[in-house]
Order: sequence, then C-alpha cells, then structure tokens
Amino acid sequence: MHWELELVLYLFLIISAIVSLYVKDLLTAVVSLSVFSFILAMLFVSMGAIDVGFTEAVIGAGVTGVLFIVMIYKTSRRSND
Amino acid sequence: MKQSSDSPIILLLSRVISPYIMLFGLYVIFHGHYSPGGGFQGGAMLAASILLIRISAEEKVYELQFKKSFDIPLGAFGVLIFFGVGLTAMLLGGNFLDYHFLPMDWMSKADIRAMGILLIEVGVGLAVMTILVAIYDNLLEGEDA
Repeated sequence: MHWELELVLYLFLIISAIVSLYVKDLLTAVVSLSVFSFILAMLFVSMGAIDVGFTEAVIGAGVTGVLFIVMIYKTSRRSND
Repeated sequence: MKQSSDSPIILLLSRVISPYIMLFGLYVIFHGHYSPGGGFQGGAMLAASILLIRISAEEKVYELQFKKSFDIPLGAFGVLIFFGVGLTAMLLGGNFLDYHFLPMDWMSKADIRAMGILLIEVGVGLAVMTILVAIYDNLLEGEDA
C-alpha cells in the first residue's frame, strides 16, 4: 500500500483512540472504539496479516461493540451532569 | 433488550442483512483450510448475525431464530467434535489431531487430511458461535423484558 494512505490511516487511528478516551457520552465512546478496531483491521491487512485483520474486524468492530452497548443500557450514571 | 426500539425499519434491515452475514460466515468456515479465515472467524461472524437479530427484535421474535436454551449444549457439542476427532486419531495409533489415522478408508490420504481439518473447523465454529451468543444472553439474564 502507498505510504501516504497508511499515514492517513494511522492519523485517524490515533484520533479515534483519543476521542473514545476523552468523550463524555459512553455510546459515542463505544462507536469510536469500533472505528478504532476497523481502522486497525485495515492496517493489519495492509501489513499482510489477513487472518489477524479478519479477526479484529469481526470481534473488535462487531461483537464487542454489541456487548458494550448492552452493558451501557444495563447500568446508569451516578450523577446527573 | 428492554430498550430496543419498535422501529419496523431497523427490524426489516436486520432481517435482510442477517442471512447474508450467516452465509458468508459459513463460506469462511468451509473454505478455512486454503484461504484466510477459519473456524474462529466464521463462528464469530455467525454469532454477529444472530446478535444483530437479538439487539433489534424482542425476545419472542429472536427465540424463533435461535433458542436461549440451545447455547451451552451446542457449545459443548462443538468442543466434543474437536476432542472427538483428536482422540479418535490418538486411539487409532497416531498423535493427537493426527488426521492421517482417521478411519475413513474410502478416500485418499490427502483427502482424509482435508476432511479432518474441516471437521475441526466445524467444531470450533460451532463452539465460538454459541459461546458468544451465550455471553450476550447471560448479560441480559434477569431482565423482565
């Protein structure tokens, strides 16, 4: 892959990680974490590890997102700010 | 889920997409021995297609697709397939998971090896799919939805 494209992917990877750490809304954090996993899967594929990228896309962007969303709906925030 | 929306559009879209994800998961499992993918990835895709229906529909609907009580028994059956193939090869004189010794004499040796890894991948895929769905069901347990 062209290195310019990989550089853009790395930039979005870091941006999505920082967003999911510092955002207040938990649902936004989960979606941002799914974006992180998907970009990471594309980087794995571009590095030639197709199996690892496949697993990361299915587990990281699919199943754990569902499980996190379930846990958000099962719990509630203590303060109302 | 208790907070699942009653929107018919979401339910319709998940009902359209879910069988295609399931078909691709089966493709990944059955072509796992000579292309990227395999039992774990295919099983996770099958679990994703079942979870898609589970988060968009209510309990009465998703019980029709895959019953909650089938989770753990089918997962145990997948593990039984894996260890059954391995121990059969071991009892017939080979090492653990040595497909060369499986009792399928009507095929050539190369075909026996290909069929052995296929059986292993089916077992792994079944176990991964049912256990991922079982995690979801246990998280929602006790909720009067």
